[in-house]
Amino acid sequence: MRVLSLALRRLAASVPTLLLILAGLFLLLQLAPGDTVDALMAQMGGGDAALAEELRRFYGLDLPVMARLGDYLWRLVRLDLGFSSIYGKPVATVILERLPATLLLMTASLSFAFAAGMALGVLAARRVNRWPDTLISTLGLVFYATPSFWFGLMAIVVFSVHLQWLPAGGFGDVAMGYTGLEAALDIAKHLVLPTLTLGLIFLAIYLRIMRASMLEVLSLDFVRTARAKGLTETRVVARHVLRNAMLPMVTLMGLQAGTMLGGSVVVESVFALPGLGRLAYESVAQRDLNTLLGIVFVSALLVIAVNFVVDLLYARLDPRILSGR
Amino acid sequence: MPADAEGAAPAAALAVEALTVALPPGADRPFALREGSLRLARGEILCVVGESGSGKSVMAMAVMRLLAPGLRVESGRVLLAGADLLALPEEEMRRVRGRRVAMVFQEPMTALNPLMTVGAQLAETWRTHTDLSAAEIRARSLEALREVALPDPEGALRAYPHELSGGQRQRAMIATALALEPEVLICDEPTTALDVTTQAQVLSLIRGLQRRRGTAVLFITHDFGVVAEIADRVAVMHRGELVEEGPVSRVLTAPAHDYTRRLLAAVPPLRAPPSRRPDAAGEAVLEVRGLTKTYSAAGLFRRRRATRALDGVSVTLKRGATLGVVGESGSGKSTLARCVVGLLAPDGGEIRIAGAPLPRARAEAAKLVQMVFQDPYASLNPRRRAGEQVAQGPVAAGAPRVEAMERARGLFELVGLDPAAVSRFPHEFSGGQRQRIGIARALAMRPRVLVADEPVSALDVSVQAQVLELLRGLRARFGLSTLFITHDLRVAAQVCDEVAVMRDGAVVEAGPVAEVFATPRHAYTRALLAAVPGREALGLGEGPSAPAAPPAGAPTAGE
Amino acid sequence: MRTWRLYLRSPAAVLGALLVSVVAAMGLLAPFLYPDDPLGLAGRPLQWPGDNPRFPLGTDPSGRDIAAQIFHGARVSLLIGFAATLIAAAIGIAVGALAGFYGGAGDTALMRVTEAFQTLPNFLLLLLLVAVFGSDLRTITVGIGLVSWPPVARLTRAEFLTLRTREFVQAARLQGLGDAHLILREVLPNALPPVLVYASVVMAVSILLESALSFLQLSDPNVPSWGNLIGLGRNVLRTEWYVSAIPGVAILLTILGVSLVGQGLNDALNPRLAGGR
Repeated sequence: MRVLSLALRRLAASVPTLLLILAGLFLLLQLAPGDTVDALMAQMGGGDAALAEELRRFYGLDLPVMARLGDYLWRLVRLDLGFSSIYGKPVATVILERLPATLLLMTASLSFAFAAGMALGVLAARRVNRWPDTLISTLGLVFYATPSFWFGLMAIVVFSVHLQWLPAGGFGDVAMGYTGLEAALDIAKHLVLPTLTLGLIFLAIYLRIMRASMLEVLSLDFVRTARAKGLTETRVVARHVLRNAMLPMVTLMGLQAGTMLGGSVVVESVFALPGLGRLAYESVAQRDLNTLLGIVFVSALLVIAVNFVVDLLYARLDPRILSGR
Repeated sequence: MPADAEGAAPAAALAVEALTVALPPGADRPFALREGSLRLARGEILCVVGESGSGKSVMAMAVMRLLAPGLRVESGRVLLAGADLLALPEEEMRRVRGRRVAMVFQEPMTALNPLMTVGAQLAETWRTHTDLSAAEIRARSLEALREVALPDPEGALRAYPHELSGGQRQRAMIATALALEPEVLICDEPTTALDVTTQAQVLSLIRGLQRRRGTAVLFITHDFGVVAEIADRVAVMHRGELVEEGPVSRVLTAPAHDYTRRLLAAVPPLRAPPSRRPDAAGEAVLEVRGLTKTYSAAGLFRRRRATRALDGVSVTLKRGATLGVVGESGSGKSTLARCVVGLLAPDGGEIRIAGAPLPRARAEAAKLVQMVFQDPYASLNPRRRAGEQVAQGPVAAGAPRVEAMERARGLFELVGLDPAAVSRFPHEFSGGQRQRIGIARALAMRPRVLVADEPVSALDVSVQAQVLELLRGLRARFGLSTLFITHDLRVAAQVCDEVAVMRDGAVVEAGPVAEVFATPRHAYTRALLAAVPGREALGLGEGPSAPAAPPAGAPTAGE
Repeated sequence: MRTWRLYLRSPAAVLGALLVSVVAAMGLLAPFLYPDDPLGLAGRPLQWPGDNPRFPLGTDPSGRDIAAQIFHGARVSLLIGFAATLIAAAIGIAVGALAGFYGGAGDTALMRVTEAFQTLPNFLLLLLLVAVFGSDLRTITVGIGLVSWPPVARLTRAEFLTLRTREFVQAARLQGLGDAHLILREVLPNALPPVLVYASVVMAVSILLESALSFLQLSDPNVPSWGNLIGLGRNVLRTEWYVSAIPGVAILLTILGVSLVGQGLNDALNPRLAGGR
């Protein structure tokens, strides 16, 4: 219960942050040369000034800036993200259609990066400065340095073009008309490469943090105490070191939720996944600022949600949080 | 079972034979421990004493075979009831740890896993070495916590380490160590991090349990007071070598080795030198009246109880005198110091220095009051030259740079450092030397009042004696007025003219130090004095009512 | 200096310095080795590396020399990475130092802004900046700097928070020295080493952000860029995969070099942690 109340208070504290973001974004857009109507007119192949004027009134673009900001925020509170003139649908609908793919990709990548990063980090720390550590640490450095989009392309060349093991893109073969479990397996197959691609850099980061954190915790006094009690080394690591060493990783997970969402833009483009990131790319290319703004808003919500979960997790792991240290 | 192998000599519970532990290459000496030999008989407490870096902890960890990475046993044997521990396979050694040889560490804050309940950590010992059921373990855990006199053992089982006080944590550690009734208990400075009254309780707890069970205890400490309280026999270590060993009564009264003599001489007596009579009519240079300060860190995410750090404190420091403020941690003595120098703003009351409140302007205040800090390693900027740090205050106050540097060199000489050392960086100095730089830095401003916050508590006893000597000398030469904060009553007795005893943010007793220490009126003062370890046995102090006897056997050389 | 000696003791750190130097040398030599416009037509499109001695790394789908683009791209990558890092470090250190040193309401306000920036996915924010302000080189560099400063600010603030209560800072305060002295002479020099190490991470991320942007063809089209080349290679990925592969290796080695330098600096600046572990 105390965990929940702590997390809720944290959540409440992110409301001003969110407001700050939205106000900042809105004002930023005011600086943009040209607006939705310009983009719309360009798409229609031009039009006269009177039509533009009418469209601006229709979209409420003729009001003063502050009034429009207030109006914008009020609409967001009601989860009305506006209308996408490019897609011809409400932005909320467009985003909602694209959200599942991104959520799935993010969850898969995060789980993969976290689990593999932790396992490799533990392994490296327990064999510190011997060949498994050297190998893992080197791999970590290389993974960290690999641009994800390039890794994705190379993976397509190897696994899709040459070996033909996995599909090169898309979110499932609609043409095959799979249902139930088959459809799920099909989606999973389509997600293998994107997951690896997006997760790679985070795997590298997590393994490095986990290794360093393990080494630090291993040098702490209570580990010496545990050894002096006659615990086996495995038990010392499992019961005393692991949980303490995981704390920095959990913190990092919250901090990097945003980075991962950003990474999904590129990865979804490479693998032609119908997700939020690809939508962001498309709306930049088509100057659909309404949609882009909606995506940024939803992304901020997602990041806040991830941090909420991370706070819960952290408070469960560390009893000191609840008593204020 | 090994008893039958022995003849007339009593079997040693633990014997260390010619143990040599090598330091990694590049250290200041090749061996952490050299040819160390010790015999710990059943049912005795053997204290290993030495200053930091003497190798005493290394010996303890070598016995457990838990040496820090980089350290390695070069030669020698460690015999537990006749069997060489160093020759055991790791798995068998593991079964010795916690079951036959157990250990209690120094830092109760960090020696317990912060994420596990005390109960779970206590239960681990049984779970590792026995097949007892969970219910059985729980019953024994409760029993063990009761035996170390923890209040509310049920609650303590469920508590996380941060929910217990330092003393309670150390009791839980002792309970864990004694869970399986080990033959040998190794205590590595178990009371160093504790307050003096808590220390006295924990020491008597260890002594009591050891008597009842006949455990052999290897007790590592740097404090001769503790030795006097608890030891049957003493071994003295110096730079990796055992220089002297013998029964406690003989070593403390008639030390054979020169190093032991010097160490003992450095332990300040608890009695004030009679010559110092504070001038009752002296003019007050610092007046503190009704000072209050409450910490209320009520953040959005952390709710903390408001603590009253200062609760109507009034003290007066006379010109040319030293006023000691003594008390345990949490008594508010450091808060008082910080308020006086202006680092903290009090909530109420007033502070007058030389008749006026401390000015707001930093540069003005600097000429009135300066501070000497506790930690010699944190009190100097590691990235700037020592002389610069002394000279920068006068420079800020308008002195020409050349002149300020000249003055810094003079001050270095005054505090016993080479004037040429002004251009060195702090890491090139030892702890005692750094503390001298800190004093020079404070004196450079020619303050009316000097506030010294535990200036010697981080130093080894021999270095401590030198720094105290320096402070005494400076006072005699310049008539410094000093507010001296300390937790150590022995130190207070040596340097202070008057003393104020603080507890829970209030002054419970104040007066001339000789009077307060000889005839304490407040119960807390009496308890504090009674808790000072080695008060009687050391022969260096005297009880409140005992007549002043010259310390028998205490060497006078080097004083 | 001691730090420098410690740095040179680590083979990995030396390798990193070597990689970065090679990339920097490539950038510096580019105008001399390939004086022609690297984005101009050079020969027949899609020649494999080794097919034509004139084009050791082959040609891209538009018949441009890949080697020339790699050399000129090195210049752009390092320049953007360096400039963006400088911007991020300047903002981050200023914000973190002020927030950490003074605390209070100013700290709260500055940290709210920092949090706001961190809550926004940095690449999305960069996309937004590009969408609003266009995609010339300067905008992109400033944009990358603007989205990369929050971690620097947090790190600097954390260092300042612990350092400002250190006794040597308090001692200087008691000596009558002003805040400017305390911040610049006492705290900052001690707070800087971890920030300096982190700058290598910022630089690596900046290079990655720029290459991702140009991969999506959203960067300055008039500037030769490794990411751009990878993007162009996508269309011929199934057959002429080398077009994408080669610039990717260049990015990988550059970032590897920068990371190794950062790690080497870290070990050299914290000798306590180096050595055995």
